[in-house]
Amino acid sequence: MGVRVGIPRALLYYHYYPGWEAFFRALGAEVVLSDETTKAILDRGVRDAVDEACLPVKLYLGHLANLRDKGVDYIFVPRIVSVERKRYLCPKFLGLPEIARFCVPGLPELLDVEINVYERYHKSKRSLEELASRFGSSKQAGKLALQEAKVAQKAYEDKLRQGYTPQDVFSGKERKENGRIKVAVLGHAYNLNDPYTSMGLLEKLREMGAEIITTEMLLPEEIKRGNDFLNKEIFWTFGKELLGAAFHLLDEGNIQGIVLVVSFGCGPDSLICELVERIYRREKTVPLLMLTLDEHTGQAGVVTRLEAFMDMLRWREAI
Amino acid sequence: MKVTYPHMGLISIAFHGLLRDLGLDVLPPPPITKKTINLGVLHSPEFACFPLKVNMGNFIESLELGADTIVMAGGSGPCRFGYYAEVQREILTDLGYKFKMIVLEPPQERGILLEKIKELGAKRSWPGILQTLQTTWRRIKALDEIHAQSLRIRPREIVKGSTSKAYEKALIPIAEARTPREVSQGLRMAREILGGVPIDAGKKVLRIGFVGEIYMLLEPYANLEVERLLGEMGVEVERSVYMSHWIKDHLLYKSLGLAGNKPTKKAAAPYLKHFVGGHGWESVGDTVRFAKRGFDGVIHVLPFTCTPEIVAQSILPTVSREQGIPVISFSLDEQSGEAGFQTRLEAFLDLLEQRKKRKSFLAPL
Repeated sequence: MGVRVGIPRALLYYHYYPGWEAFFRALGAEVVLSDETTKAILDRGVRDAVDEACLPVKLYLGHLANLRDKGVDYIFVPRIVSVERKRYLCPKFLGLPEIARFCVPGLPELLDVEINVYERYHKSKRSLEELASRFGSSKQAGKLALQEAKVAQKAYEDKLRQGYTPQDVFSGKERKENGRIKVAVLGHAYNLNDPYTSMGLLEKLREMGAEIITTEMLLPEEIKRGNDFLNKEIFWTFGKELLGAAFHLLDEGNIQGIVLVVSFGCGPDSLICELVERIYRREKTVPLLMLTLDEHTGQAGVVTRLEAFMDMLRWREAI
Repeated sequence: MKVTYPHMGLISIAFHGLLRDLGLDVLPPPPITKKTINLGVLHSPEFACFPLKVNMGNFIESLELGADTIVMAGGSGPCRFGYYAEVQREILTDLGYKFKMIVLEPPQERGILLEKIKELGAKRSWPGILQTLQTTWRRIKALDEIHAQSLRIRPREIVKGSTSKAYEKALIPIAEARTPREVSQGLRMAREILGGVPIDAGKKVLRIGFVGEIYMLLEPYANLEVERLLGEMGVEVERSVYMSHWIKDHLLYKSLGLAGNKPTKKAAAPYLKHFVGGHGWESVGDTVRFAKRGFDGVIHVLPFTCTPEIVAQSILPTVSREQGIPVISFSLDEQSGEAGFQTRLEAFLDLLEQRKKRKSFLAPL
């Protein structure tokens, strides 16, 4: 049996899991996922995190503890600084290995490879190859593993662009019949797709007859187009995507409503969503609902607001 | 054209001097008051960090007084500050103000910092502008020096409040200087004024390091004047971050492609190996350095919801334990109450006093 590498089912899992899984499998490792989020996992994370950390970080720490209890050999906690030129991820990703190490006691060794393509790619590539060499693989095998990761990741992203959500893909679900009302649901993938903390938001909207559009379903050109009118480029990748999607969709004019989902106290979103709200308010064509999530959010309140919002959209369509 | 800018501790004096010496008609924002904060909070995003809200209050008060141009700084992230100006411009526009916003971006971003300054100082020649920049740099260093000196004197003053009074007076000749030479003269005067405060030089005092997010460190209104408060309680405070450090790191080293502030980063390395935006890395590294220098404690301040400092906050308990230095973290914003703040401070000081007594009692054994 190969070494067991744990991957927390939280944060960038929703963006990159297929690539990560392919990478470690190709190196002969066994990939162990943390369990699906439960109240116990979240509570564990809340206990280990500092009060002010955002919900997704607290949840991540809970998943780390879950993996520790499963007795994995390593946990993959990469330091992902930047995934495209001249843009960063949120600061918490820059210090993630340290947050993990100093908040959650008794973790096994962390695979904290640094990915930073802010200036150029080759250094990150080298660190990934170094990571591969730790599994006793030859340089060639490391390169091959990277190649396989890229293929798997691309297949995943293509699937998302066809209108699947990460949960659809992971659970192997077929895409459902399109709803009649197109609703953009924008927010960090790790907030929208965790069935527990998002309270099944995407599925609920579908059940209420919505066809949902998320940033992952749009083309890079469309995101870019949505950012074109800005005075200054946004230096966060996820912020750029959220704002680009929001403005592109507003301009295209074929969504009936937009839901913004943010975690309580989210730094980047406090500014990005402010801009989105302002522009939508100026245009006055598409209704906007803003949902703030934290560990105290009650399901009933969220469902009521979603229902009211969908009713309103349907009513607007009828007249 | 009536130019205004945001307040940020002594930087306001330097910024004001720069704009004035560039030949502009400067309208300084009124001093920060409760009204400023209320205005700022009312028109800012709820979860924006506190500095953005105070800026907004400054801008609105200045625009109401007739300012038509705002000079603001920018940045390239990942700290939110770099995008402040873009959001503030939209909010002020929606409020119906007519104004121009000039954003000074750091040079590595677009390489146009000097051009922007030249544009601002349109009436001045290049040599004149360079002299102004030199004056500004000296002024900033002088202000920083006087501030650091006041922190050393205050806990030892014989008449409570005499340091703060002298400090206010000492800043005037530095603020009014127009040339590098005048700044040097002003600095000498300022040193004399502060040096004239009667002190008890042999007094034993607690020493506390002050770390955290730069705005909260530099703007006394935002940190509830903790430096003065502690000083008057007989505590010597040393602030880890000064504007002159920031300028050296960001405007000099970075534009030359060099890494600034090496000792702090080296000290941080066992706990945090990478920058996390803002001053998160420095907060960790400076805490280690204060511990190594034998300080009695560290106070960490951050604006509520500041992600880089939350990263630091997640790491500081381990630093505190391993380096043997008590650390207290204050997350501040418009909701901060003075009474609660003071109570926590006093409790922290009690702890430090006890610790110090125990140490000196055990030392001979």
